[in-house]
Amino acid sequence: MIETLSYEYPASDAVDRRAHVGVVASGNCEILLEPARNGNASVVVRTSVTGFGATWNAVLARFFVRNPVAVQIEINDFGATPAVVALRLEQALEAAR
Amino acid sequence: MSALLLAESFAERGARERARALLDAQSFRELIGPFERLASPYLAAQGVVPQSDDGCVVARGTIGGKRACVVATDGRFLGGSVGEIGGAKIAGALELARRDAERGTPTRTVLALDTGGIRLQEANLGILAVTEICDAIVALRMLQPVVAVIAGRVGVYGGLSLSTALCSQIIVSEGARVGLNGPDVVETESGIEEMDSSDRPLIWRVTGGRMRFEQGFATALVADDVEAIRAAVQHAFEAPRELGPLEPQAFPDPRLDLDTFLRAMGIES
Repeated sequence: MIETLSYEYPASDAVDRRAHVGVVASGNCEILLEPARNGNASVVVRTSVTGFGATWNAVLARFFVRNPVAVQIEINDFGATPAVVALRLEQALEAAR
Repeated sequence: MSALLLAESFAERGARERARALLDAQSFRELIGPFERLASPYLAAQGVVPQSDDGCVVARGTIGGKRACVVATDGRFLGGSVGEIGGAKIAGALELARRDAERGTPTRTVLALDTGGIRLQEANLGILAVTEICDAIVALRMLQPVVAVIAGRVGVYGGLSLSTALCSQIIVSEGARVGLNGPDVVETESGIEEMDSSDRPLIWRVTGGRMRFEQGFATALVADDVEAIRAAVQHAFEAPRELGPLEPQAFPDPRLDLDTFLRAMGIES
């Protein structure tokens, strides 16, 4: 079963371009990041590992506290650990700036 | 050791980075990229998370200054398996290359395959895709070389090994493997006496890149090094060497112990 999770966070900063990083492989995830038009940050996660909604929220909330960027993010996850997700998010943002 | 550290590995790259590496610097331009979101519509219903490019990258650019297209499958996503979308991307690229060649603007076409074959979750559509790919390769190689690069961690197995065999030029690395049935399948179907799928040296003695080159299945054997593979690809277009019909050859039994096998093959261990 796949779980689909949606999150929204306040944001203030703009990014220049979209970015694509990662791969849907064991312990890894793919991230598509695009500038958002509505000034908010929104994230949709599709994951094969169910029941970790609170953990996703913790990782994402921390990322957006540090980087309040108005982006639309889509994550296709294949069991990435929170550390891997955090690194992929930073990588995507670096590529988008 | 220093050579090992200096070499820039091809196998350690993902599909997109492999395509970028094969094209001339700065010429990479992806077609139907991840933001087109042409992912497989069948995987989620079967509990498998899809990937936004369906594990298949199609990129235009130049090779040696000439118009080129590289298709690369990503062995990390579901074993590089080919379903409806990925298969259509490969076949479409080949068919467009044929149209280009017929119009007098040839496009150098490279298939950088790393795949276990047809995606089981999309079985019939995968089979259909492979037939279209085979068709397109045969049509294109009447007009120009079609170059396969098998230098990834998976290699090429299953249906796509048939497509690979149809290419006019096949570049393999020593670490890659080329075979129809994978070792697990052979062991399951024919018993452990035929193939012990946990015996990695045996797997490479039977399906490894060097063995395939010695047998005449491949036109070039290269190191896992981006520059060496780039050079081999350019050479394949500039000095095409068509694979002839395979002559029956006697090879030592790969199930011999490793040292005996290597000595019989004339390979220094």
